[in-house]
Amino acid sequence: MILINSIYNEIIKIALKPRSYLGLAAITVLVGVIQFALKADGMSIISFVTSSFEQTLSFEGNVLNGNLVAFIILQMLIVQIPLLIALVTGDLVSGEAAMGTIRMLATKPISRIQLLLSKFIAGGIYTLLVIIWLGMMSVVLGKVLFGTGDMMVLNSDGLVILQEADINWRYLGGFAVAFLALFTVSSLSICLSCFTDNSIGPIVATMALILLFTIIGTLDVRVFDPIKPYLFTTHMASWRSFFEDPLPVADILRSCAVLVAHNVVLISVSLYTFHRKDIQS
Amino acid sequence: MPEKIIEVRNLSKRFGSFQAVHDVSFTVYKGDVFGFLGPNGAGKSTSIRCLNSLIKPDSGTVKVFGESISTHRESILGRVGSIIEKPDFYKYLSAYRNLEIFSRISGKPSTKAEIYKMLDFVGLGGREKDKFAGFSHGMKQRLGIAQTLLHNPDLIILDEPTTGLDPQGIIDIRNLILRLKNEQNKTVLLSSHNLAEIELICNRMVIINKGRSIVEGNVSELMNGENLILRLEASPMTAAKNVLLAWKPSLLWDNVGDSSIQFPIEKSEIPALTKLLVENKIEIFSLEAKRTLEDYFIKIVNQ
Repeated sequence: MILINSIYNEIIKIALKPRSYLGLAAITVLVGVIQFALKADGMSIISFVTSSFEQTLSFEGNVLNGNLVAFIILQMLIVQIPLLIALVTGDLVSGEAAMGTIRMLATKPISRIQLLLSKFIAGGIYTLLVIIWLGMMSVVLGKVLFGTGDMMVLNSDGLVILQEADINWRYLGGFAVAFLALFTVSSLSICLSCFTDNSIGPIVATMALILLFTIIGTLDVRVFDPIKPYLFTTHMASWRSFFEDPLPVADILRSCAVLVAHNVVLISVSLYTFHRKDIQS
Repeated sequence: MPEKIIEVRNLSKRFGSFQAVHDVSFTVYKGDVFGFLGPNGAGKSTSIRCLNSLIKPDSGTVKVFGESISTHRESILGRVGSIIEKPDFYKYLSAYRNLEIFSRISGKPSTKAEIYKMLDFVGLGGREKDKFAGFSHGMKQRLGIAQTLLHNPDLIILDEPTTGLDPQGIIDIRNLILRLKNEQNKTVLLSSHNLAEIELICNRMVIINKGRSIVEGNVSELMNGENLILRLEASPMTAAKNVLLAWKPSLLWDNVGDSSIQFPIEKSEIPALTKLLVENKIEIFSLEAKRTLEDYFIKIVNQ
């Protein structure tokens, strides 16, 4: 019961903290700007992409529809969303240490493990809300503004055409994997937050690690090859796999396993550290 | 023998090369207003943090309500209300919302009416919806007290609760502590470096200095064996000084203004000295015997 009360507390704190709405506001603005740009000049962008196929294929119907627009938006924003998540989850522990409230919480009859778990769960709920909002803004609003239709995806294997009826479940799956990836970012930032009393440090450190791992992942250097499959950043774009045909189930499951493993390790390290920590703030 | 509420034995804690607490021992009994006295940096807050399980001691035992804090943490903390150093709350939340948050994980969640009643009790009635960020220091302390008392704890730990308060605020907190003891038989551990505060409120105390507990006992008993400072206002003062020198040639006094002096004296000597002054036709305007904890404390700490 006390764990549920503590989760409720954490949600109230996130909900009433102005910073929490920065992420949602940023998504609203960014998606709005992209949708405005695509509405204004989207066809020229599409023509540029499809020009190489136009000698062998002819494109008819509503090519720039809501399904494609949502895909374009997700590809563009998935790099920024981790920052928005870390901005809130990165100070769930260290922010309270800096404020002194962690001392007050830790004198209450709730175990430290329950206290920290409630923060992880609240961080997960916030991440889920951000993903849902992103989905609402990109897919739902995209379909309202641009209509619907078959979806054309250009990936490394070439052009994939997905039937309209075959798309919604792919978005659901894609968002589920994106949630898992972003929850890993949330876990990383909370974990870093357990090691310091500075509220900004874990946010910056989370972004620095994402940047570092992303650079390692994209560098074509053989020495990094063995570690690349185990970096969580490698699997942050796995949501895109849902838009391949046939669906690479094994790749998706492998990505999910790596992300889950990261979460297990990060949460375990956090619980161990926080449980043993001397609270001196 | 009253029930032991807190029993600390040989508590030690080191931070790096700094020994914050070394072999501290003391006992608090049921119904005590127990003074935890020491200068700044003496190790008071570290000891109190060990009592609340915020810090794990390197060695020693801490028992609260007869159970070890390391093995019965949650059940003990459910019966304890604490303010440690200063009350810190969420700046962006209202007084009501802050109390609601801490109440929800206190083991005994309070209703909205109970929270409002408690805010009224500590003098914050009508400010329930005001944000903590806008509170004065005194209001923050009052909100801290409200948070401490809301779940009706048996043991109240107050670490420097009057620091930074105005005189009226200090009096209010003192009266509140005395009411908690007298009306509700609460046990209070009051940490302070304010000697007058301990002297006025506490029945028992421990003095801690440089991380060590120096002396523990009943406040009045600890002070009984000490010399008093007698402040004498008399006329003519020159004649009075001559009488004093004749009575005790080694006596040293301090002049306090033109018509008063003060000097150390034992309690048993006061009647004889008064009689002697009267017999020598010295007019006594005031005779004030002071035995301050400050004198006692300085003596103990400097030993």
